[in-house]
Amino acid sequence: MPHDHPHRHDDDRPHHEAGPHAPVNEAHGVRPESALLERALRELLIERKVFTAADIRRQIEATESRTPEEGARVVAHAWSDPEYKAWLLADAKAAIESFLGIDLKLTPELVVVENTPGRHHVICCTLCSCYPRAVLGVPPAWYKNPEYRSRVVIEPRAVLAEFGTVLPEDVEIRVVDSTADVRYIVLPLRPPGTEHLSEAALVALVTRDSMIGVTVPS
Amino acid sequence: MTPRFAPGDRVRVCVRDVAHHCRTPHYLRGKRGVVARVLGVFPDPEQLAYHRPGSPHLPLYQVAFDHGEVWAAPQRKTVITADIYQHWLEAID
Amino acid sequence: MTRGVHDMGGLAAGPVDRTEHEMTLFDQRVDAMLRLLVDPAHGHFTIDAVRRAIEALPPDDYLGLTYYERWIRALCRLSIETGLIAEDELQRKLAALARDGGGG
Repeated sequence: MPHDHPHRHDDDRPHHEAGPHAPVNEAHGVRPESALLERALRELLIERKVFTAADIRRQIEATESRTPEEGARVVAHAWSDPEYKAWLLADAKAAIESFLGIDLKLTPELVVVENTPGRHHVICCTLCSCYPRAVLGVPPAWYKNPEYRSRVVIEPRAVLAEFGTVLPEDVEIRVVDSTADVRYIVLPLRPPGTEHLSEAALVALVTRDSMIGVTVPS
Repeated sequence: MTPRFAPGDRVRVCVRDVAHHCRTPHYLRGKRGVVARVLGVFPDPEQLAYHRPGSPHLPLYQVAFDHGEVWAAPQRKTVITADIYQHWLEAID
Repeated sequence: MTRGVHDMGGLAAGPVDRTEHEMTLFDQRVDAMLRLLVDPAHGHFTIDAVRRAIEALPPDDYLGLTYYERWIRALCRLSIETGLIAEDELQRKLAALARDGGGG
């Protein structure tokens, strides 16, 4: 298959089966067949009383209510309170449940990884799309797509550069592949010059992408 | 099940050809790393995927691999971690 | 060695497309059905089974379908596997909906 992306290094790696234009993300519209499957399954399962239409509406609302701002509040609090930060790093699930007042029973385990001046973490799921949904909401499309999943474990600096993130050469990059039941969130490095900011002001500095690790707060 | 490995232990990911659902990525098969964290004990996804109970629960480890151990063209100061179930790891003496 | 098309670490690929996409109603409904069906309180099937069913899609489907299109196919397969619905029931329903003018 023809490729129109540059190969930057020895490229004897297997390539994806499809060309670069395979519509793997949800922008490209739904096939009529898929829309039929969705409606058929939904109606049959409602008829069979597996769930109700109200259950579906409630679930949609619950998913919409989870946004990256929840995670940003946790980060801002950890930056402001060293004891909370220590708890967050030791037992993220308990610390987050306590601070946000949410129930994380559907997340088997959660680990917060701390970026330091010498170490920068970036999270991925090469096998599918595992992501800390209960805290950050739904993952972005790029996180679930082949380009990120394939490349971040082999050329993380090049991938980070595509997000505008360039780290000094002496900083260790740690790519965290979420291959099992543990969900990971990055505790980004607090930007210099923010010592005077209130916790509420710090929240605004923490983006979803900085908690995945593809960007740093500024 | 008592975890067999502890942080700091050197381990190798097993090389096995399996056609069933498996959470050990191909790019790490046969690679050597160091246990970074003991993550706890979890039901076996290879069983859960087929509607089986997933017992006994398995110890799960975050294992850290040097980029140069995993890929032919190494990048400096780059580490990959992955969460690997105990039955996919063997000790390196 | 057998390698599923989903097992992507280290494959060659192009630049990351950072375009943000709002979930469509289709996406939201599929996502909601998944969450309800894998809720341990109901125990119909596990998220592991969903992953397995997605991984079992033909490679062209895995790469050519959207994320939620993969999921709806997995949910249909697993609903039949676990006896929530019957295969012929699904086929009849699909035919009826197609006659009556489609999905949505």
